[in-house]
Amino acid sequence: MHIDLRTVSIKPLRHTFDNVARRIGSDKPASRYQEGTLDMQQTANFHYRPTWDPEHAIYDASRSAIVMADWYAFKDPRQFYYGAYTLTRARQQDTAESNFDFVENRGLAATLPEPLRDTVLKLLLPLRHVAWGSNMNNASVCAYSYGTGFSQPHIYQAMDQLGIAQYITRVGLVLGDVDALDEAKRAWMEDDTWQGLRRFVEDSFVIKDPFELFVVQNVVLDGLMYPLVYDTIIDEVLSSQGGTPVAMLTQFMTDWYAETRKWVDATVKIAAAESPANKEVLAAWLSAWRDRAAAALLPVARIGLADQTDEVMGEIVLQFNARMAKAGVAI
Amino acid sequence: MDMQVAKKKLGLKERYAVMTRGLDWTPSYQKMEDIYPYMAYEGIKIHDWDKWEDPFRLTMDSYWKYQAEKERKLYAIIDAFAQNNGHLNVTDARYINTLKLFISGISPLEYVAHRGFAHAGRAFPGAGPRVACLMQSLDEIRHAQTQVHAISNYNKYYNGMHDFHHMHDRVWFLSVPKSFFDDAITAGPFEFMVSIGFSFEYVLTNLLFVPFVSGAAYNGDMGTMTFGFSAQSDEARHMTLGLEVIKFILEQDPANVPIVQRWIDKWTWRGYRVLTLVAMMMDYMLPKRTMSWKEAWEVYFEENGGALFKDLARYGITMPKCAEQIALEKDHLSHQAWSTFYNYAAAANFHTWMPDEDEMTWLSSKYPESFDKLYRPRYEFWREQAAKGNRFYSKTLPMLCQTCQIPMVFTEPGEPTKICYREVDYKGDKYHFCSDPCKQIFEHEPEKYIQAWLPVQQIYQGNCFPEGTDPTVEGFDALAAVLKYYNLENGRDNLDFDISEDKKNFAEWRGQATKNI
Ligand SMILES: [Fe+2]
Ligand SMILES: [Fe+2]
Repeated sequence: MHIDLRTVSIKPLRHTFDNVARRIGSDKPASRYQEGTLDMQQTANFHYRPTWDPEHAIYDASRSAIVMADWYAFKDPRQFYYGAYTLTRARQQDTAESNFDFVENRGLAATLPEPLRDTVLKLLLPLRHVAWGSNMNNASVCAYSYGTGFSQPHIYQAMDQLGIAQYITRVGLVLGDVDALDEAKRAWMEDDTWQGLRRFVEDSFVIKDPFELFVVQNVVLDGLMYPLVYDTIIDEVLSSQGGTPVAMLTQFMTDWYAETRKWVDATVKIAAAESPANKEVLAAWLSAWRDRAAAALLPVARIGLADQTDEVMGEIVLQFNARMAKAGVAI
Repeated sequence: MDMQVAKKKLGLKERYAVMTRGLDWTPSYQKMEDIYPYMAYEGIKIHDWDKWEDPFRLTMDSYWKYQAEKERKLYAIIDAFAQNNGHLNVTDARYINTLKLFISGISPLEYVAHRGFAHAGRAFPGAGPRVACLMQSLDEIRHAQTQVHAISNYNKYYNGMHDFHHMHDRVWFLSVPKSFFDDAITAGPFEFMVSIGFSFEYVLTNLLFVPFVSGAAYNGDMGTMTFGFSAQSDEARHMTLGLEVIKFILEQDPANVPIVQRWIDKWTWRGYRVLTLVAMMMDYMLPKRTMSWKEAWEVYFEENGGALFKDLARYGITMPKCAEQIALEKDHLSHQAWSTFYNYAAAANFHTWMPDEDEMTWLSSKYPESFDKLYRPRYEFWREQAAKGNRFYSKTLPMLCQTCQIPMVFTEPGEPTKICYREVDYKGDKYHFCSDPCKQIFEHEPEKYIQAWLPVQQIYQGNCFPEGTDPTVEGFDALAAVLKYYNLENGRDNLDFDISEDKKNFAEWRGQATKNI
């Protein structure tokens, strides 16, 4: 017997889970982001201390110098839960795929002026290692930070950075071949140009405070590197020299940065607004790591900018400072 | 010169290698042991991370593409289910209690798995395992969220699920699954991979997810069935990772073998004790049964697991010793568990009931050695009592096993009328255990297990009352205070199914669909 249940109109006993209702103020229908994020992490009555970190509980807000009355103050403006996240990336992946097809099917790589192709290989390919480093750092923040509102976006960020490392690898294979990847790795390991940046990345690997690591990796390093490499060198400088196909191959990174910085800014803003103490900690981290990152990126910038380097770098740092000021931290 | 001609062609394997391992480098500005500080203390020796065989090759672009496709389909079904009152399609409202068990006992573990795999992925210096672990971390947050989203609709109409996060951290029996995963994530990263990646995902997954998912399918629950099947395709990847981890560790150094063997023994038993909840779900809570617990254990562990351990014999790994004891318990486990929950139904977030006559017949046929002799008489007595208005709810607190945290209700192996008790004196305190394996696990790491947050002890210490409670006032009702602390609504979330709001509402709502009123 077929029963048509749609005709039944019944009044629900409640509209969402209690924890969500408590946080959004009343029992009203909640979004999938809210139900999939709020209070997802366990908070009480842990059974054992981590054998790998007996000083802390499994999830422990005291791993960070940033202090929050409620870590669920952090909300992702993109409202990314897994489903929304993958659907968004799948659409971008579609675009990236057709861009790669377009460049490859028309043989556009071969039309690039030789010096320009060399510049791209020299500048871009070692950055796959930086992205890989970011993959690890974001995994670290996801693992050791407190509260799903803050930890969740970091697993997405980690996997995005793996994706970016893989897109850069593909660019290398389109414009060059495996030898080009090997040569870029040699440069990453040995050439003076890259040692400041490699040291920066390796030093970030030993940062224990998850919020500091978020600042160093996602706020500072990405905040200077993406505007420099993708927005300025590739999309502007190289495109004006016939490098538009390269800009097509890195569109994912440009779009990705434009999107993720909204979450990054919102996160800095919320932490800073919480207390003067947080603001102070953030300002100290931001200025110290900004100076190191800017210095490390300078020789890298020179690959694409030659004698304009200092001027452009200065401008990018100013923009970064302005961005942080807008988020509530003067540096 | 044409660039294309000079290019080296990459095979799939090489291409995947440049997309993952090629990204990695050996750091020189910081020491390896500072970057990867958790690699040595468990005693596992890894000589060459490059020997890791990637269990699957999935780049992020394909990952996004496949997973988005799955998410699109899954949420379309969840939406349709909600719109069409799909919950009224289930066999009967008793079924919904399995979902209460699932969302408060299992879904929070998916979340811990997410964080645990992020930790393990971060901890391993090898690029191959890192990528595989992080991908699983991402999958696990998917599982946690899709389960919450699918069950969200049930929560709107039925009791017991409304504060499942809060309950998971507090309610007495939920400390069984919670302490299991807390145990795993607080272990070192290698043990975590053996406990969850191998023992749980590879050896025991068919005894956990398959019963819930096929239970949902048998009982008309499209929503749950769909997230289950959708997750199964991720599980296939997780299982290959679990197996690769074991083989990789074992092949790296012979000194790893005894360590891994101890972990397999421990986690098979730990996992099995958690499966007690699944056993009673299969034999008692599904209105339409799929198979008995005993049959499931025989097929999925004794047959499939047997073949697996034969395969691992070449590394020197043997079948966990506890398998013999589990075989002796399989005629009793689910009945002893259900009896316990029937008695403690006042303090649980789901309803219990006595099986009807047909169900008793089914149980007799599935458990010819034990049911009629030991459990049917007990149930008939309880049923009689209930009919006379004497439905009994135990208000005393049981002693819990220090390791698995289950009340001490299990019987001696081979002696099903004698309760099994073990104890250990440690630093002047006495600790109690349900079994030899639980006792041995404690003895190997006493400093870990003495930390356990045992719900019963915590209640006696006054730690499970709402803030501001004064337990010394006259007429203090301890159970009522504990239920408040659990945020469990007395009379709605707990007690017998027969008198439940769930039962009444379900009948009424279905009536609206089938009758002209
Ligand atoms: Fe899972
Ligand atoms: Fe036990």
